Amino acid sequence: MFTAQAYAMPQNVDEAYQILTAKNTNCILGGCAWLRLGQRRIHTAVDLSACGLDFIREDEAHIEIGAMTSYRKVETDPIILGNFSGVLSRAVAPIIGTQFRNTVTVGGSVFSRFGFSDFLTPLLALETSVVLHAGGTLPLETFMNMPYKKDILEKIVINKNGAEVSYQMLRNAEADFPIVNLAAAKTADTVKVTVGARSGKAVIAAETSAYLTEHMDTLDDSAVHQHAAKLLEKEVQFTSNMRASAVYRAQMAKVLLGRALKEVSGC
Amino acid sequence: MLIHIYINEKLTEIQCDADTMLMEVLRKAGCKSVKCGCETTNCGLCTVWLEGTPVLSCSVPAARCDKKHVTTLEGVQEEAEKIGSLLVDEGADQCGFCSPGLIMNIIAMKKELTNPDEDQIKHYLAGNLCRCTGYMAQMRAVKKYMEVE
Repeated sequence: MFTAQAYAMPQNVDEAYQILTAKNTNCILGGCAWLRLGQRRIHTAVDLSACGLDFIREDEAHIEIGAMTSYRKVETDPIILGNFSGVLSRAVAPIIGTQFRNTVTVGGSVFSRFGFSDFLTPLLALETSVVLHAGGTLPLETFMNMPYKKDILEKIVINKNGAEVSYQMLRNAEADFPIVNLAAAKTADTVKVTVGARSGKAVIAAETSAYLTEHMDTLDDSAVHQHAAKLLEKEVQFTSNMRASAVYRAQMAKVLLGRALKEVSGC
Repeated sequence: MLIHIYINEKLTEIQCDADTMLMEVLRKAGCKSVKCGCETTNCGLCTVWLEGTPVLSCSVPAARCDKKHVTTLEGVQEEAEKIGSLLVDEGADQCGFCSPGLIMNIIAMKKELTNPDEDQIKHYLAGNLCRCTGYMAQMRAVKKYMEVE
């Protein structure tokens, strides 16, 4: 369990950022579900609950999700359900239980870039940007590869690019962490494949995506699936942990890729 | 730090630390229905409602609840008794340790979902673990409750 000496609930993000950066051991609180499992010694815990970051909204071109939005809201919100075949809703729905999803926040997961995340993998397959208070707007892919730096994630922005998206995952039991997960997004001219829970954080399978983009008219062809699966195994680094071995993850990722391609190609 | 929480609609003044979790505050305030099971946000035993929404009180900082409304099983006694009786009738109450959290979530489900099917019930209650009953008896009781009311 973490400890905190002081608690701050600023009324806006500017104020929150000032408190966060005032001391090295000051820390943002998200849903606290993961934070509480550690032993972190925090000076001032900064709660963003009053900063107005709990929202899901859309315009013609984008969907915006505020950092303090709960997973349960992502799961049930009509905007999320109505876009990308509800893939983001389906991705977070199996995570533990309703009360847990009411507690954890989008910002906590995205900013922390958890390796086991169900949410980041489909998000990375979409055209997603993160809006950081100090760091500005960055593509999620760039953000995923950046070192951790003190900042506040205000919201994520998803381009409505009309992609067909499939999210596939494997778990030992419902409500457990995923052993491996995979997303494929097909737009009019590209196919993008991302793999998460490897057990590292989610990555884009660039070679596999390029190959599938070249063959996007024959995504239902089993020969294309097989070659793409070989590329995936070759380019994505899988590692072992208590849930699964690297070899098992690699084999299962290939199966998930086949399922995802069938889904996005409408088979 | 000093905070004020409406616990079961009663405004309560609470002195707590910055890292105190809601569960601890509620138990100290006399709400002993709030159980500590896993403390890793998995078991659902500590389920309470924060502003009407079921949350895990073991991972909600008490300070976050300042001037908010928190409901525990003590605040929904009448409804809890009905569900408790159904759980007993179906043999779903062995040690009973998980029942308060389960009941809070069942009532929340009833408010949120209209005529849920078995899959929806399972999905909604997936975060309430029970190590005694094997869930079948609980499911029978939940179905009866949803049909009866």
